[in-house]
Amino acid sequence: MQDFSDAFGLAFSLILGADADLIEIIGLSLRVSLSAVVLSALIGLPLGALLAVVRFPGRQFLAVLLNALMGLPPVVVGLLVYMAISRAGPLGWLGLLYTPTAMIIAQTILVTPIIAALTRQVVEDMHKEYDEQFRSLCLPAPRVISALIWDSRYSLLTVTLAGFGRAIAEVGAVIIVGGNIDHLTRVMTTAIALETSKGDLALALALGVILLILALAVNAAVFGLRSSAKSLAYA
Amino acid sequence: MLPLQVSSLCFRVDREALLDNIDVTVASPGITAIMGPNGAGKSLLLRLIHGLLSPSSGQILWNGRDLDLETRRRQAMVFQKPVLMRRSVAANIDFVLKAGDGRDRQRRDDILHQAGLFRQRNQPARLLSGGEQQRLALARALATGPEVLLLDEPCASIDPGATLQIEHLLQQARERGLKIMLVTHDIGQARRLADDILFMHNGRLLEYRPAQDFFNNPESTAARAYLEGKLVL
Repeated sequence: MQDFSDAFGLAFSLILGADADLIEIIGLSLRVSLSAVVLSALIGLPLGALLAVVRFPGRQFLAVLLNALMGLPPVVVGLLVYMAISRAGPLGWLGLLYTPTAMIIAQTILVTPIIAALTRQVVEDMHKEYDEQFRSLCLPAPRVISALIWDSRYSLLTVTLAGFGRAIAEVGAVIIVGGNIDHLTRVMTTAIALETSKGDLALALALGVILLILALAVNAAVFGLRSSAKSLAYA
Repeated sequence: MLPLQVSSLCFRVDREALLDNIDVTVASPGITAIMGPNGAGKSLLLRLIHGLLSPSSGQILWNGRDLDLETRRRQAMVFQKPVLMRRSVAANIDFVLKAGDGRDRQRRDDILHQAGLFRQRNQPARLLSGGEQQRLALARALATGPEVLLLDEPCASIDPGATLQIEHLLQQARERGLKIMLVTHDIGQARRLADDILFMHNGRLLEYRPAQDFFNNPESTAARAYLEGKLVL
């Protein structure tokens, strides 16, 4: 219990003290995870909507594959990205290993299946409702997809949030491709892992508390947005 | 677009014929009401002639043309339960205008004025009353500039005041030269609006006649019973 009270005390003193190192770590965590989520949304939202709307051979297989990829182990993704961008790998010439870009790539690979698979489900449900009307209007598939994404935007915010949750909380992939280098690739989760291994549980827990507060703040913002949309009957 | 020629039209599900050998040619302008008891196949016929479903056999021609994309784009359909998008009233109209000639604020406002929905233009469409929602669905269908308007029981669950407003919009559309095909259970509505009647029963077309003739002297036993308010099985 002492550890917990120490941790909370330390967490608040770190926040209130606006510790420069901590702010750098939080900033990088947010930069990496938000970049990965934005990239994943750009790929996953249209991909999921396409799978929900367009009928083609192998569509069911792709849907099952996407669902399965939601459970991708971060360390496996980290390892694959490491092999691809390490000096001997096919993309080694890009010099991305142990950079925030490598971390963004790894998290994008982790998050895209989550956003795509959940988007497919959300959009498919709405498509059932709109389908006859859209077919009556003879709309082309790209117009149908963009309309469905726009009309389910508040549900898709929650989907994107699930992706953000995955990105901000994972450690396995970013530690392999980022290397947890101080002032370069150290993020909240890798810092927690490091402090735990050093035995500084209070600092590790304090960082954990800050991570939770961050996640809570983002969730609360999206929840507020969804609630207002619901009250306006747009959700 | 006219005439509409339907020949030997069948629609089967698991070998059960839901529409059985329908033959009819609709050449007259105005409003054609499709009537009949539940399960007669009225909504099914409407979906088939609009191309939302493919027939098991038979042929549907609009002015001699198959139901290709060009033909279908010249039609619009309003469903029994209006499918409104999760947007404002105005954005629902903008959506179809954008798909056609492009977004035109003046035209959209004119359409909303005509439908009596201008005041509610910024409201979410799904918060409108049932009658207003159906009026918006009709206004949206008319905004596509169709030559043929198909309606599947548009007044099934709305109050008399809202029904009157819908009927007024339909009469205006008819005066502008639109061909209207309307599925209705409401005998009074068919009397008020229809120029001719298609009467169906158990997936078969029993009568296609001018409305006056049909109401004054129904030929089939089922139509007579239906008009007398008896249960038709």
